[in-house]
Amino acid sequence: MSDQPQQFGIETEDLCLWYEKFQALIDVSVKVKDGLITSLIGPSGCGKTTLLRCFNRINERYGYVTSTGIIKLLGKNIYDDDVSLIELRKAVGMVFQRPNPLPISVYENIVFGLKIHTSRKDLNRVKLDEAVEQALTEVGMWNDLKDHLNRRAIDLQLEQQQKLCIARLLPLKPRIILMDEPCSALDVGGTSAIEELMYSLKDRYTILIVTHNMAQARRASDECIFMLLGELIEHSRTEELFLNPKDSRTADYIEGRYG
Amino acid sequence: MPPNSVRFKAERPPPRRSTIAVVGESILETLIRLAGMSAIIFVLAIFYFIFKEAFPIFGSEEFSLGEFLFSTQWYPTSETNVRYGIAALIVGTMCVSGLAVVVAVPFSLGSAIYISEFCGPMAKEALKIIIELLAAIPSVVWGFIGLTVTSALVMKYTGAQVGINVLNGGVILALMCVPIITSIAEDALKAVPDSYREAAMALGATRWQIVYKILLPAAKNGLLAAVLLGVGRAVGETMAVLMATGHAVQIPQGLPFGWILDSVRTLTANIASELGEAPTQSDHYRVLFLTGVLLFIITFMVNLTADLVVRGIRRKQ
Ligand SMILES: Nc1ncnc2c1ncn2[C@@H]1O[C@H](COP(=O)(O)OP(=O)(O)OP(=O)(O)O)[C@@H](O)[C@H]1O
Ligand SMILES: [Mg+2]
Repeated sequence: MSDQPQQFGIETEDLCLWYEKFQALIDVSVKVKDGLITSLIGPSGCGKTTLLRCFNRINERYGYVTSTGIIKLLGKNIYDDDVSLIELRKAVGMVFQRPNPLPISVYENIVFGLKIHTSRKDLNRVKLDEAVEQALTEVGMWNDLKDHLNRRAIDLQLEQQQKLCIARLLPLKPRIILMDEPCSALDVGGTSAIEELMYSLKDRYTILIVTHNMAQARRASDECIFMLLGELIEHSRTEELFLNPKDSRTADYIEGRYG
Repeated sequence: MPPNSVRFKAERPPPRRSTIAVVGESILETLIRLAGMSAIIFVLAIFYFIFKEAFPIFGSEEFSLGEFLFSTQWYPTSETNVRYGIAALIVGTMCVSGLAVVVAVPFSLGSAIYISEFCGPMAKEALKIIIELLAAIPSVVWGFIGLTVTSALVMKYTGAQVGINVLNGGVILALMCVPIITSIAEDALKAVPDSYREAAMALGATRWQIVYKILLPAAKNGLLAAVLLGVGRAVGETMAVLMATGHAVQIPQGLPFGWILDSVRTLTANIASELGEAPTQSDHYRVLFLTGVLLFIITFMVNLTADLVVRGIRRKQ
């Protein structure tokens, strides 16, 4: 991945994807701007998760998935031969719907990425400690957790778990963060905490967030994409999409006429 | 009568049928309860029976518990000086099952990891079926294989005089343990939530890193239980070891490796081969039953530990 700022964090052209015979994405062409928060909305089953999971190629773990089209992240085609899957996934962090910290300590969760990507001789305790402090500070949990770094991560509260799942991406210095309904398992307090966190991170990352919650899309995102039945229907600035939808299907959805 | 209750009544089954259903149900329930209890009753009855047959030996002049456990002299039919020491048999059992577990564990865990994490769906089904087939081979057939095929191989490649020895029995027993350990270990790996795999994969971990950094630690209790159940199987197995280990009552000699080419006899094989010849209610007969009690206790402890370990995992999740 190049380090120069690109205008577009994520670009796709005519992206189609099939689960066996079922086509879940139909000719999706989208350009997601760098340095903004873009939200992805649409009714259940329209392919939001599927689209998101294309960008770190994690869909490929199912043997029955096929896709066509072009996906470029930061200007680089992620299916080029010289792209390593590991480097791709380092550069593209993903936050899942249910917080999924690994069943190890808080500390080990945060340094997991560093440990698997750096040779042992380049790592030392000081470096790891620094990375942990920095990551936890960025997600605003350093003061709460600095004395509990050895606690099992799965014993934390859900909100803390989700923040930890964001924190563990940061030491790898990703450029893009994909979030799949990151607040759906959280209460109101947890949701606004995650939204604030996204806001504080947004300058340095391309953030793409899937949400079921239109109020959240409105509050927290700069641009908004509406999908329906595997197709991209509309993509514009958030207030534009909500106040002035161009497509009648978008209007129907935001007025609550689909599920 | 309000219209509601009329409809309500019409939907209910007529009372006559419901009486039959009630009686039938209670009979069924009793039968099922009996079937469930019978497992407990059988276990207790078996223990009672073998203990009852063994117990009078403690009153015999010829017998002392210390000699029984710690002497290597097993001469149950001697005319002049009867000795009932099973230490050599205990060592024999430990050597053969220890070797079997040492050989079986890496293979089993390896294949469990391969089946659950690396192979495609077709290969997965095929392998699972084959492993079940392996588990279904009768132990006497394994005994034949031990007597003929593997013992010849052992003689050819190690230069041992006798092919039926610890190594031969251990290998056969290992082959018999592999299916059990593999299928339980595979279950343990499958039980690790998929979200851990996705989390690690999304951070760029390779499949192998996911296995040794996440799955093995997360599944370690289940894997331990798998190994323990394998040990239980190895200790209790009779027919195959009877045929494959050479049946000599001796402590194998020669460290570090010489011992594996000695013939031994195990606790189980000893019972199986001598019980038919021991006169009922003789001291010899009773000592064999006492050996049975000992085996029962060993396998009970191993299985209980495995069970507690598995329960430990469930509580944590
Ligand atoms: N692993 C899979 N195998 C087969 N079909 C799948 C798989 N994952 C998703 N699908 C199908 O693809 C379609 C899109 O699913 P996807 O999960 O992307 O929707 P979504 O927009 O994220 O929905 P939700 O809002 O419920 O999360 C659905 O019809 C779903 O049934
Ligand atoms: Mg989804």
